[in-house]
Amino acid sequence: MLVPFFFKLRDFGVPVSITEFLALLEALEARVASASAEEFYYLSRACLVKDERHFDRFDRAFAAYFKGAEDLFESVMAKIPEEWLRRMAERTLSEEEKAKIQSLGGWDKLIETLKKRLEEQKERHQGGNKWIGTAGTSPFGAYGYNPEGIRIGQDGSRHRRAVKVWDQREYRNLADNVELGTRNIKIALRKLRKFAREGAPEHLDLDGTIDSTARNAGMLDLKFVPERRNAVKVLLFLDVGGSMDDHVRICEELFSAARSEFKHLEYFYFHNFVYEFLWKDNRRRHVERIPTFEVMRTYGHDYKLIFVGDATMSPYEIVQPGGSVEHWNEEAGAVWMRRLTQTWPNFVWLNPEPVERWEYTPSIQITRELLEDRMFPLTLSGLDEAIKALH
Amino acid sequence: MTVRFEGTANYVATEDLMMAVNAAVTLGRPLLVKGEPGTGKTQLAEEIARALDRPLFRWHIKSTTKAQQGLYEYDAVSRLRDSQLGDPKVHDIANYIVKGRLWEAFESEVQPVLLVDEIDKADIEFPNDLLHELDRMEFYVYETRQWVKARHRPIIVITSNNEKELPDAFLRRCFFHYIRFPDPPTMERIVAVHYPDLKKELLAEALTTFFRVREMPGLKKKPSTSELLDWIKLLVAEDIPPEALRADDPKKAIPPLYGALLKNEQDVHLFEQLVFLHRRQGR
Ligand SMILES: Nc1ncnc2c1ncn2[C@@H]1O[C@H](COP(=O)(O)OP(=O)(O)OP(=O)(O)O)[C@@H](O)[C@H]1O
Ligand SMILES: [Mg+2]
Repeated sequence: MLVPFFFKLRDFGVPVSITEFLALLEALEARVASASAEEFYYLSRACLVKDERHFDRFDRAFAAYFKGAEDLFESVMAKIPEEWLRRMAERTLSEEEKAKIQSLGGWDKLIETLKKRLEEQKERHQGGNKWIGTAGTSPFGAYGYNPEGIRIGQDGSRHRRAVKVWDQREYRNLADNVELGTRNIKIALRKLRKFAREGAPEHLDLDGTIDSTARNAGMLDLKFVPERRNAVKVLLFLDVGGSMDDHVRICEELFSAARSEFKHLEYFYFHNFVYEFLWKDNRRRHVERIPTFEVMRTYGHDYKLIFVGDATMSPYEIVQPGGSVEHWNEEAGAVWMRRLTQTWPNFVWLNPEPVERWEYTPSIQITRELLEDRMFPLTLSGLDEAIKALH
Repeated sequence: MTVRFEGTANYVATEDLMMAVNAAVTLGRPLLVKGEPGTGKTQLAEEIARALDRPLFRWHIKSTTKAQQGLYEYDAVSRLRDSQLGDPKVHDIANYIVKGRLWEAFESEVQPVLLVDEIDKADIEFPNDLLHELDRMEFYVYETRQWVKARHRPIIVITSNNEKELPDAFLRRCFFHYIRFPDPPTMERIVAVHYPDLKKELLAEALTTFFRVREMPGLKKKPSTSELLDWIKLLVAEDIPPEALRADDPKKAIPPLYGALLKNEQDVHLFEQLVFLHRRQGR
């Protein structure tokens, strides 16, 4: 019963490992939690989740798994379908974990151990007073039958809540798939800073040199540390106008907060899609246009190109000459996009539109194709992936 | 299980926190604690030590701290100096081995609590460098060719402010707790722990104001528990009556002594502007 829970967590994207799962079993054996669903929830969370950004996924998995799970709690130790387990594991485990399993004596041994542990729990469980009780008497069992949820205890304010903790989704805004905003901008910034620092060369570490020279009885022993100066150069192309304004503001904030971290950071603005002109100053975009060719000549190939835009428009605006809504463009946006990506082979597009909508928006599909699929959602995890793709 | 941690007279522990602490203590694994600044991460270790009556060893991590420093350091510079001065001490390298926090904790007569405070300040490799010591509770001193083994497996509390991501291998070995910012009822209990004699009305008004300030959009640094406690101390010292905090329209009022809540100049400025704006619109 707990094994499928483990896989449910993985299905919901909580990166639990076998080690952690065994720790949970160990804790249950040691009776760290008593017979309450809430305690089991807290215990399993402390054992299995190591990042508050995953709490919300954990809550959803927990709810999904234990909703109407009376049978599961009943038939805890019903046979674990080995074949199924094996196949699931093959699919979801990392190489490292598979190796670990080998070192534990391989699959058969592992399954046997799990079963034995679960079996032991079962015995104690039937003795009564255990963390998994029988339906009707234990909170778990009751939970399944009773739509009001867990029986509520008497002592203390903390019990006053009527909704199950995991259904409250209190950690929702810590999740990393929510869009970037003022709440999580700090974390985003940290990611960018790290990005900006990468690839910096080394410089002399004076303290380290003195120390190791002393150890060396006075013979000079030079030490180096990575220089904290920043090597990354970035071109930021921002879509402006209409629905994009809020997102553009967040991105500008984000990047300007990180400005000092980059060796070079340049902003340009476009509207919907890129054509022969860009703007340096958003407010004066009808006056001060810069030819895209000039930008291409000015900034070297080592710049990394980051687009921010919703890529949501009529497909004509991308594929047709004259498709732009603002002016007559001699050449199609797609042509310009190819030029840009050839000039700066390290590029990504950050899209604030929810990922679910992408496949239903033809212009997003076209843009993704043009970008060799290097489009990422404007979320913390999207930012992570984008940074990875830029290397 | 014999001893359970349930908070102390000085410290309010929520149910999930107790569970995490007790699981970590029982299974002898480190407990990693994260949370906004001022949510009681550091104090937690102190209170665990107090509640379980264990000695506490504090290891405060800085950006330059190396894992090795927790084990021991070889003070080569002193030795070099002593050798220049012809001090006979110089012949025994053991004279220059300086014990670190971990070593001290390993030597403790009774099971100690070891606090590794602000681990995220250190280099990204730092946690990985401690894996072996945390697993096996032993290390080798090369200079003197001796093994140091823990007499009792310490209860280890590690705090992080999330400045860096911690390596997976390290995380897998820990239990984890994230201290959520206290909700108003919990905060009431925390304040009561610090100011048991505080008048009910003042407490209620102060909390209302506090959470209102926290919710203000755009703050660079939201006031935390420590700021609230400081502020209440001032309110009491200045004998501010609860009525002074009450306002018909809280958006238009500036709470007294709010400098204790907002420490960032930009935040103070923003706050004043917002209040000013609301007053004008109200008119
Ligand atoms: N649950 C609590 N019960 C009692 N006091 C608390 C609690 N949480 C926080 N405090 C008080 O808040 C103040 C800050 O606590 P502490 O220094 O432990 O926070 P921290 O999380 O370590 O902060 P930082 O991240 O800045 O190091 C202390 O005065 C502490 O007494
Ligand atoms: Mg602290």
